[in-house]
Amino acid sequence: MARLSDLPEWDRQRHLDRIRALPDFGPTPFVPGPPLAERRVAIVTTSGIHPRGARPFEVGSADYRVISADTPPGDLVMSHISVNFDRTGFQEDLNVAFPLERLRELHKDGVVGSLSNFHYSFMGASPIMTFEPKARELAAQMKEDRVDAALLVPV
Amino acid sequence: MGALGHFIEREGVPTAQISLIREQTAAIRPPRALWVPFMLGRPFGAPNEPDFQRRVLHALLALFEHPAGPVLEDFPEDAPSAQDGPVVLPAGGRGREEPDGAVMLREIAELEPLYERARQRRGRTTVGISGLAIDDAARFAASYLGSLPAPPYAEGLSAGIALKRACDDLKAYYYEAAAARAGAADPETIDRWFWQETAAARVFLALQQVCARSTDASLRPLAELVLVPRAIFHTLVQPYRTPERKDAS
Repeated sequence: MARLSDLPEWDRQRHLDRIRALPDFGPTPFVPGPPLAERRVAIVTTSGIHPRGARPFEVGSADYRVISADTPPGDLVMSHISVNFDRTGFQEDLNVAFPLERLRELHKDGVVGSLSNFHYSFMGASPIMTFEPKARELAAQMKEDRVDAALLVPV
Repeated sequence: MGALGHFIEREGVPTAQISLIREQTAAIRPPRALWVPFMLGRPFGAPNEPDFQRRVLHALLALFEHPAGPVLEDFPEDAPSAQDGPVVLPAGGRGREEPDGAVMLREIAELEPLYERARQRRGRTTVGISGLAIDDAARFAASYLGSLPAPPYAEGLSAGIALKRACDDLKAYYYEAAAARAGAADPETIDRWFWQETAAARVFLALQQVCARSTDASLRPLAELVLVPRAIFHTLVQPYRTPERKDAS
């Protein structure tokens, strides 16, 4: 479905234009870490989900919301500004976009070492370079929380 | 998403990301990425498929075992497809004298049992961004089709943000109602029903035009990006426009 070759011409061209307009990010950083079974994991989604009652995202939002691990699934809503992706999956099952239950299962099986008590949500439709200040701030928070496996999940 | 990988990992936190558009990820070269052949909006493939979701998550986590990067791997499976049974969804039809806003209110009443059934089955709803009751969200949105649009329903909200949130709640209500029975309708079926049959969609399409003509800058994004999906614009709207009208998205 998200193969460019499967998209109609107008959509394929739009994606290719966006790729051509990307800035140069320079050399790819690569931070080593312990074996997976010892890592502490947090989810960083760009789906624009957040607890009900938290400030919804708007056009141009480049900040993030904190999602406490004990937030009941029924308290999570989505205020992503884009209407160009499927929401029926998220409406049916939160894990299709925010796989916290699956992560808990893998933790129970010993696949990962521990889970953060906090996860994070951006709204991915803003210009990509605008995310840098808040992403750096978030990285500092995760380091303080000893997170050494951040899972970045788009929609 | 790939940019976040650069920004966060540069600060010392290892990252691994799902990639939905492989070519984009290959161009950005984030530290670790798993490309998945799933529809946009479903990075873990399909709802109510815990084993499948776990396999995707496991493959994503396994990227942390690579000694060097950047790493871009492909997930080898397609997502399980939805059960597509026969679906009959109510729509209010077109009133000869009745405005679409009024028909939308009737649709909302007709959909309520389905919406409630979906809410109870799932134990949750994603309606609630605006904080308005769904009837009030409909009245608020429809007021922008008339000469006296309602003022924003909360202090500090622009008209555009208030209208966007009301419309998001309306769409979530319709889409959740359409999925009252588990596995009954795939997303394409629900999209077709909503955009081709409901009065709510006619209200959305009319609102898009109102926002395009508006002098209120907060309403402009609703004319371009955030109300009517590009795919709908290209199939339902653009073919009937005059040639000089260009896609603003």
